[in-house]
Amino acid sequence: MSRRLTEQELVDMAAGAAIMGTGGGGDPLVGRLLVQQALDTGLTVEIIAPEELDDDDFVISTAMMGAPSVVVEKLANGNEAVGSLRTLEAHLGRTADATVPMECGGLNSMIPLLVAARAGIPVVDADGMGRAFPELQMETFGVYGISGSPLVISDEKGHTVLVDTGEDNVRMETFARAVTIQMGGASFIAEYPMSGADLKRTGIPHTLSLASGIGRAIREARAAHADPFAALVDAVKGSIYGYATSLLEGKIIDVERSIVGGFTAGRVTLAPFDDGELLTIEFRNENVVARRGDRVVAVVPDLITVLDLESCTAITTEALRFGQRVRVVAISTPAIMRTPEALRVWGPQAFGIDDPWVPVEDLTALHLPG
Amino acid sequence: MIIGIDVGGTNTDAVILDDGVVVAATKTTTTPDVTSGITAAVDRLREMSGADVSAASAVMIGTTHFVNALVEAQRLSPTAVIRLGLPAGAGLPPLVGWPARIVAAIAGQAFMVHGGHEFDGRKISDLRPTELLDAVDKALANGAESIAISSIYSPVNAEFELVAEDLIARKYPDVPVTLSHQIGRLGLLERENAAVINAALRALARDISAALTSAIRNLGIAAPLFVSQNDGTVMDLDFTRRYPVNTFASGPTNSMRGAAFLSGLTECVVVDVGGTTTDVGMLQSGYPREAALETEVEGIRTNFRMPDVLSVGLGGGSRVRAGADGVTVGPDSVGYRIGTEALVFGGQTLTATDVAVAAGLADIGDASLVADVPGGTVDAALEQIRLILANTVDRMRTSTDPVDVVAVGGGSILVPAELAGAREVHRPANFAVANAIGAAIAQVGGEVDRIFGVPAGQREQVLDTAKQEAVDKAIAAGAAPSSIKIVEIDEVPLAYLPGNAVRVRVKAVGDLPMGRSAATNALPDRGVRT
Repeated sequence: MSRRLTEQELVDMAAGAAIMGTGGGGDPLVGRLLVQQALDTGLTVEIIAPEELDDDDFVISTAMMGAPSVVVEKLANGNEAVGSLRTLEAHLGRTADATVPMECGGLNSMIPLLVAARAGIPVVDADGMGRAFPELQMETFGVYGISGSPLVISDEKGHTVLVDTGEDNVRMETFARAVTIQMGGASFIAEYPMSGADLKRTGIPHTLSLASGIGRAIREARAAHADPFAALVDAVKGSIYGYATSLLEGKIIDVERSIVGGFTAGRVTLAPFDDGELLTIEFRNENVVARRGDRVVAVVPDLITVLDLESCTAITTEALRFGQRVRVVAISTPAIMRTPEALRVWGPQAFGIDDPWVPVEDLTALHLPG
Repeated sequence: MIIGIDVGGTNTDAVILDDGVVVAATKTTTTPDVTSGITAAVDRLREMSGADVSAASAVMIGTTHFVNALVEAQRLSPTAVIRLGLPAGAGLPPLVGWPARIVAAIAGQAFMVHGGHEFDGRKISDLRPTELLDAVDKALANGAESIAISSIYSPVNAEFELVAEDLIARKYPDVPVTLSHQIGRLGLLERENAAVINAALRALARDISAALTSAIRNLGIAAPLFVSQNDGTVMDLDFTRRYPVNTFASGPTNSMRGAAFLSGLTECVVVDVGGTTTDVGMLQSGYPREAALETEVEGIRTNFRMPDVLSVGLGGGSRVRAGADGVTVGPDSVGYRIGTEALVFGGQTLTATDVAVAAGLADIGDASLVADVPGGTVDAALEQIRLILANTVDRMRTSTDPVDVVAVGGGSILVPAELAGAREVHRPANFAVANAIGAAIAQVGGEVDRIFGVPAGQREQVLDTAKQEAVDKAIAAGAAPSSIKIVEIDEVPLAYLPGNAVRVRVKAVGDLPMGRSAATNALPDRGVRT
């Protein structure tokens, strides 16, 4: 049933979304503060389940696009995403009945909440990535036949660009990316206009609630001096994701990163406390593959997140630092993200990784840590 | 011979360390003027040891004065923050999320004007000098006495912050200006917050630096004066005046490093009970465990590197109240007035120290003055103290295994001999002056902060070069080569410069060989501030 977002759920959701962001998607704190500012001024956010949508309702997805490291420095002015939504509505001659996250991981779990508050429409408890991904064609909406176009892209100066590449979502991504770089590496978009029926068919359901659930489980475990990681594993178990495991407890010994073509790309190397093999994680905005020595232990689209060892708080790729004591968690993905057509879009090959995709539950069952 | 002094909110401690040996140690109460407490402490050292203090090679001072000013929301300058970056950032203005009481204490004013850079060095907007100076005029007219400037992407391009500083200095040469790129790293809100805190402390830093200098010189000591920084290294007074915020975590750092030195333990929980608060931290491999994520100071998000320390309002000066609902201890304290307000010193206020004396745990002041305190009140207060400490130690533990606990600080008489969750409670010799010892064994550092061109595939070589430079600088500053550790590596890609330019910051720190004169040591090189 529909519910009104509370301040506590906002905090929990941001914490859980950071873990589901797999190191990317932007720092949710910036988004959380923006939503909190909206709540402080008396605005409200209504969250509805996808099942509550009418088939002929009209839904537009909203998001931030660009390098996470830009968003913590060049802060939003708060009007950008609503501006994109309004411009797209005007172009299509139809107002949206609801907005929906394209990505439930990181900052992009929060942006649609801000849009919902400011535009006075509900936000749907679902998304198109089930985590965070670096590119706009990497959405279940597109995988299962919806066009991302037309898309509107805005910056803090109020500049807008309309991109319409028909059914070609890859080209839409490249055009929008080029504009985003010109806009300073971060922009705000409205995209994938679709019906309620389409969203129910192609979206990953209840992912905002899963983020809230993970955040709440960790918070409550810490308050009770229980193991927050065990609480995280339990929260995932009760969802369509189903499986979470620890890849490493250890220390960061190297971080390499650069901004390449609008992405924060790089590699982090971790040494386990038990003097076992080093773990390396490659990231491209998000963590994409974890290897113990040469052996793949988790690979995209399964989730890989670096957590602060004590608090179980996610550490985004831009916040990784030499010397941090961490745990690395891997989480399996739901079936809708693992079909052949989905893996063609976001399997290892889409990230230039030659290794085949193997479910993380198999990789970690075959090769127990240590 | 090195003199280490710790100026806390309640006590001023001093030690003489010669060749790694504690020659003399003393504890006095902090005085409102700071200086007479220092003079009294050093005079006492002279009497105790007969040492010629004027022969000291260095005086190392650790002080919690600046962080206490923020915690107490007192002695802060009215401060304005001007952010350069419009039209970006307006959704989250400066001071967003700050506790209202701190904003009130600094009479905080926030302005946003045009300026700022993109990640690739392009301008977001041109800086508009008139708009900037209008904001300054308004801020000063409204009472601001110190100004913090932040500009979007200033760690990549500091041009606008430097221009703003210059414009303000021409019009208002006496107004202190703090620039965010000299305080913190990427992450606008955290860097800006740290700059605002620094700005609010500038007037206090000027006064304290002058007081420290006159106190030491009047004692006939000509040796150079250094102030402890967050990372266990030191800075000179000129730097202290400009960057007081660098002292924020030095108290816990000094006490934990002092505890390691005194106990010989390298893995333990350190409980440092001062006059006003108790700081609990974790020592791992002899170094304070660092907070892995962003650190909050009084509810303000910053990105300093800080030891992971939990503070509770329990200390020797904590007020003890017996009421209908039972007995409470703290969180408020009589602070440095303990010498006049505590019962054992002839005062009228029941404090935690009075309870300890009444229970026979300590021999301080005149025990006959607490003879009338009801036994039930004493027992209840001690139980309350035990609960507070056990809970705090428990929160720092990372497993259910018992841990060694090292109790230090002047108020550590309050730590019971047995504590839930503790394998053993250690109370090393000179436990009461661990902070001053931590200050005296200050490390020296070498820092590299400059722009390197990184040819494809040569990142490792470039980083090795930077690390070696930092190590060489630490050795030049006097660090024993075998003790040097790289404590910080930070890379900021500068996409707008050709040749894959990266701003690399590396910091190496090491121990001074014991007994070696620090007077001849160069200060850590602060490196290029771009």
